[in-house]
Amino acid sequence: MIEKHLSISSKEARLIMAHMYVAFISLLVGGLMGLLQTFVRSGTFNLPFGIGYYQILTAHGVILALVLTTFFIIGFQFALMSKTVGISDKQRLSAWIGFWTMLIGTLLTAGTILTGKANVLYTFYAPLKAFPTFYIGLALVVVGSWIACFTNFRQLAVWKKAHKGGKSPLLAFMVVINMLLWFIATLGVAATVLIQFIPWSLGMVDSINVLVSRTLFWYFGHPLVYFWLLPAYMAWYAIIPKIIGGKIYSDALARLSFVLFLMFSIPVGFHHQLTEPGIDPLWKFIQVVLTFMVIIPSLLTAFSMFATFEMAGRSKGFTSLFGWIRALPWKDVRFFAPVVGMLAFIPAGTGGIINASHQMNQVIHNTIWVTGHFHLTVGTTVILTFFGIAYWLIPSLTGRKLTKKINTLGIIQTIVWSVGMFIMSGAMHIAGLLGAPRRSAYSTYTGAEQVDTWIGYQLAQAIGGTILFIGIVLMVYIFFYMVFGAPKGEASFPIAEVSEEAEPTPQYLENWKLWIGITIALILFAYTIPFIDIIQHSPPGSEGFENLIR
Amino acid sequence: MHIHKYEKLWLIFGVGSLILFLVILAIGAFYKEIHPPSHMDTIDPKNVQEHESFKEENLGLRQVGENEYIVNVLSSGFYYDLGKDENDKAVNTIRIPVGAKVLFQTTSTDVVHGFQIAGTNVNMMVEPGHISTLETVMQKPGTYTLLCNEYCGSGHHYMAATVEVFEP
Repeated sequence: MIEKHLSISSKEARLIMAHMYVAFISLLVGGLMGLLQTFVRSGTFNLPFGIGYYQILTAHGVILALVLTTFFIIGFQFALMSKTVGISDKQRLSAWIGFWTMLIGTLLTAGTILTGKANVLYTFYAPLKAFPTFYIGLALVVVGSWIACFTNFRQLAVWKKAHKGGKSPLLAFMVVINMLLWFIATLGVAATVLIQFIPWSLGMVDSINVLVSRTLFWYFGHPLVYFWLLPAYMAWYAIIPKIIGGKIYSDALARLSFVLFLMFSIPVGFHHQLTEPGIDPLWKFIQVVLTFMVIIPSLLTAFSMFATFEMAGRSKGFTSLFGWIRALPWKDVRFFAPVVGMLAFIPAGTGGIINASHQMNQVIHNTIWVTGHFHLTVGTTVILTFFGIAYWLIPSLTGRKLTKKINTLGIIQTIVWSVGMFIMSGAMHIAGLLGAPRRSAYSTYTGAEQVDTWIGYQLAQAIGGTILFIGIVLMVYIFFYMVFGAPKGEASFPIAEVSEEAEPTPQYLENWKLWIGITIALILFAYTIPFIDIIQHSPPGSEGFENLIR
Repeated sequence: MHIHKYEKLWLIFGVGSLILFLVILAIGAFYKEIHPPSHMDTIDPKNVQEHESFKEENLGLRQVGENEYIVNVLSSGFYYDLGKDENDKAVNTIRIPVGAKVLFQTTSTDVVHGFQIAGTNVNMMVEPGHISTLETVMQKPGTYTLLCNEYCGSGHHYMAATVEVFEP
């Protein structure tokens, strides 16, 4: 009965929805942890039942930054792949195996955090030592995501075989790029977790090389943020044009920007380590230059988006210089939420350029400015786009309609989110410039006047955090309403077509060997010499410290 | 591949600004030699006292020239060791005259710490096995908080000391 309303078969819908359930439950749990943190830092609230601040901080980071994002992205990408190149029974089975592996890993890690044996934050810097199941759980999440990677690769390969010489569908191409990026990046974190952390936490080896572990972590940690961003870009490039009644500006340009993201997002992690000893400043500078290269595809994306919007507006008969802005469907939440996210990316990206600027990093490194920065990028640009995706994806998977009421509620949700984030992230940016540190519980430190100037901003963070949590509750309600409550019917799965005026896509854009080859060459260039240097100039290793984290 | 004229102009503008940014950073780095702290010396984290700078008697503030100072600090679980005063009490405030050249040197005896004098550009990571150094001139008088800005355990937010920059 319901089957006929679904945009893809019910078997596929079930797979994708499984990922979505984990994602939205994570949003609620992780968001609650975030709310409690802002309360604690306002200096007016103490956590009950002996719960530690750093315990909820670890939970917040792991659940939102690693679990929510990974499950949502992989689920969304399976939807795109199923829709554009299809999924076979075998591939669906392997996708399920990946899902369960990730879920078991998540539960193992979450359980360890809940018992208070892993208050090491989501970056788990050595030599703070968590209970081994924390690391084993994380390793399982990564392995599960690799199964998803190879399932996606296989899906495209099978399609290519059946369509000899044909150009792969744009969205499938984008998914494969993102999964390649993820796979190459996670090799770093897998290496440190499997070779360094797990044997060390199990007591099989006595010590750990701290700088090596940090370098491998950040080799992964920077591309990670592009793994979050690229699915948002997929929606911007290939889905939003359909929602606004337009066409994709250029298929070739979209592919080119994704290829550039693959090449330039991976070989750069040192800008997260700019203020640390043991890495030659020349190599830090080289990686800063490489970091800046990712600005180019971001600029390409900005141009494409506004070109698409303007063309769609003009095609509806609006001719004046900015008149086409009025033609856009501002009252459609599927457009409104992602566009607000896009606008947030302007200050967010600017902040990112400041962070990565070699010497300027010293001003804001590890201050709460950084927290403000990634709440704008991931917490606003990416997540609002994900919400925008949910408004059509969930109904089209559950065979229901996006009602007018939910559309309005979604617009309210977007506004609540932006207001909350403006207050919270704005306060974080300012307090950070004044010197307030990130990832710290409430403290008056030495009681100096200087510290007093931060407290007001910390109160503002709690106010912004509260508004944001209201936004989370609204969103979770909307999600469950779209799954169980909305009236049955059809919701479209909007995939845009390429504009007739766009130039044909050159063949070389699909030359995987070429792009992967250049990427590997760049990684080798950026890392080989400094890595050899780091290993040759290693100090004696560090034993673990658990006593400091309880 | 054909690229639209406006797209080309936009990219030329964007990439042009990018190159300008990088040139400015490079001038700062290689002409004015302003690099982020990147000291290359290593040390045994279990035996930091083998290093001259971190012997007990050398910790804290020392004047080494007419208007030059060295501050040696041992960073460890929730505490910056700035040496002892005449009464054998732990020092938790250091006083530096305005405009003096100061070299901060620190290392960790346990986990990773941060070393930040809030409101200034003194900001570096402290890692076991490595020595972190940073030379600066404190230009503005005032009372500053030296604090740990990298999570180091349950007492992380108590790890602090005071730096007074005074008009002599």
